[in-house]
Amino acid sequence: MQRKRTLAQQDALVAFLLILPSLLIILGISLQPIVSTLYLSLFEAQRGINVQNVFVGLANYAALLNDPVFWVTIQRTMYFTVVSVGLELVLGLAIAQLIHSHPPGWQFLRTSLIIPWAVPTIVNGTMWRWIYNADYGALNGLLLQLGIIDKYIPWLTKPNVAMNLVILADIWHSVPFIALILQAALATLPADLEEAASVDGATAVQRFLLIRLPLLRPAILVALIVRTVEAFRAFDIIYVITNGGPAYGTVTISYLTYLEMFSFGHIGRGSALSFLISLFTLAMAFVYIRVLYRPEETL
Amino acid sequence: MKKTLRVILLSGLVLLALLFVYFPVAWLVISSISTRSELLSTPIHWIPQHPTFQNYINILLPTQGTSEVAKTFRITLGNSLLVASSVTLIALVFGSLASYALVRLRFPFRQSTMLGILGTRMIPEISLVIPLYLFATRVGLFNSPAILVITYLSFALPFAIWLMAAFFESIPVELEDAARIDGCNRLETLWRIIMPISSPGLVSTGLFVFLSAWDEFFFALILTSTVSAKTVPVAIAEFTGRYVVDVGGMMTGGVLAAIPPVLLSLIFQRYIVSGLTAGAVKG
Repeated sequence: MQRKRTLAQQDALVAFLLILPSLLIILGISLQPIVSTLYLSLFEAQRGINVQNVFVGLANYAALLNDPVFWVTIQRTMYFTVVSVGLELVLGLAIAQLIHSHPPGWQFLRTSLIIPWAVPTIVNGTMWRWIYNADYGALNGLLLQLGIIDKYIPWLTKPNVAMNLVILADIWHSVPFIALILQAALATLPADLEEAASVDGATAVQRFLLIRLPLLRPAILVALIVRTVEAFRAFDIIYVITNGGPAYGTVTISYLTYLEMFSFGHIGRGSALSFLISLFTLAMAFVYIRVLYRPEETL
Repeated sequence: MKKTLRVILLSGLVLLALLFVYFPVAWLVISSISTRSELLSTPIHWIPQHPTFQNYINILLPTQGTSEVAKTFRITLGNSLLVASSVTLIALVFGSLASYALVRLRFPFRQSTMLGILGTRMIPEISLVIPLYLFATRVGLFNSPAILVITYLSFALPFAIWLMAAFFESIPVELEDAARIDGCNRLETLWRIIMPISSPGLVSTGLFVFLSAWDEFFFALILTSTVSAKTVPVAIAEFTGRYVVDVGGMMTGGVLAAIPPVLLSLIFQRYIVSGLTAGAVKG
């Protein structure tokens, strides 16, 4: 008994020493800053030297909620998130399904999918911006040669078109991620269930909807949650393709926060915005951790 | 007959998917080896008549006369490599130690520590950036590779802990018990038994951490101002905004920035797929 307790104490001590460096780093560069941001969000804080910060309580949050720009931005962010993640899921599932049916070249396709996923986001954005170029872009060149358009179109000058083209670039980058996750999940599914259903006379569509899709649910959920969090706070790809333009037409919530903080110098207000993004993300993280920790429960 | 039709249809879809994957990349690469006049011609030159590697030579083997763009890419590629490797190394060392303790040792608040660490992984960079910026200027680290290494650990370290946890959990406890019966203490067990069999986990974790650090843009955009610390994504983004003329040079920078992550991912393909399934996530 005596010896057992000392062992447990020894374990706790070793654990403490092993975790300590990581804990200190995380406390210093994540927890302290997020608390600091929360604190700043309660002030009328401006960027600049010797600017006096004035405590305003929740006024920054109240001002945001009363600001039509905030709501338009939320709407735009929702559009970006729902459309890109929705299409990514459908296309990702389709490609996973395609790979799973092992047609000629499926291994090459699976390997190829790694490329868009691995290309850095900024390179991806620059590449698409060049493809969308109004005067020399490949999109115009291709569509003209195919006879779909009769003259070059300045794609990125209309807000809604620009938004959809940013989404296309995001889709190119992220569909492979979903497809790779789902095809790996498909490969682990038991074949006998579907065989049995087939024997019982279930059609291919029925087998897909009633057996395969429910079995894939945990993998789909993980992919969905991860992508939703990422799309909701998308910044890099918008920054490089449209710079938030035209006419603020592609400014999403992260981009607005960036503008408030670094273009307008509204540190307090920007902090409030960024804290709202964190809250949303943490809510999603909560779901994420639950899903990952007990996948069998979600079946 | 029906079977042949099915194969033809599926092959068509594979081809379509491959086109979707390769069309943009091919155009990126072609643009990087095209001459300026060919890039700016209408109708578009899909296949360059005078392919040139001059853009690559300018960046990789600079001479006195090489352009600003090429010089910047050369330096910032180096910065990216330095920052991403340092982050990977630090995150692997501290992350795997912490992860082992969190998975295998029993101590008070174990579960809540684990959840807390995972939670910090989800905090968006934009919520941390102002305090980190103030910190950087106060301690004189603004515009240094060091501040990037420090700030990147905010996502890299929890990420590494999370990934390594999945690997440590898959190692049978009996192995450790056997080692302890043979007289190893906890640290010896970790060093002699656990680490060697976790090397696939370390490789995979290192890969994901490296890729996410190489990809990082926002902290680098805010916390650096000159080529002494700028990373390659920041350089590319800046040129995209400014130099419309040297498209070839920019695309070459893009190709060079994409080569390390793409090559690494292709070489360690099987780790990527298993890592993604384990909940590893880099966009």
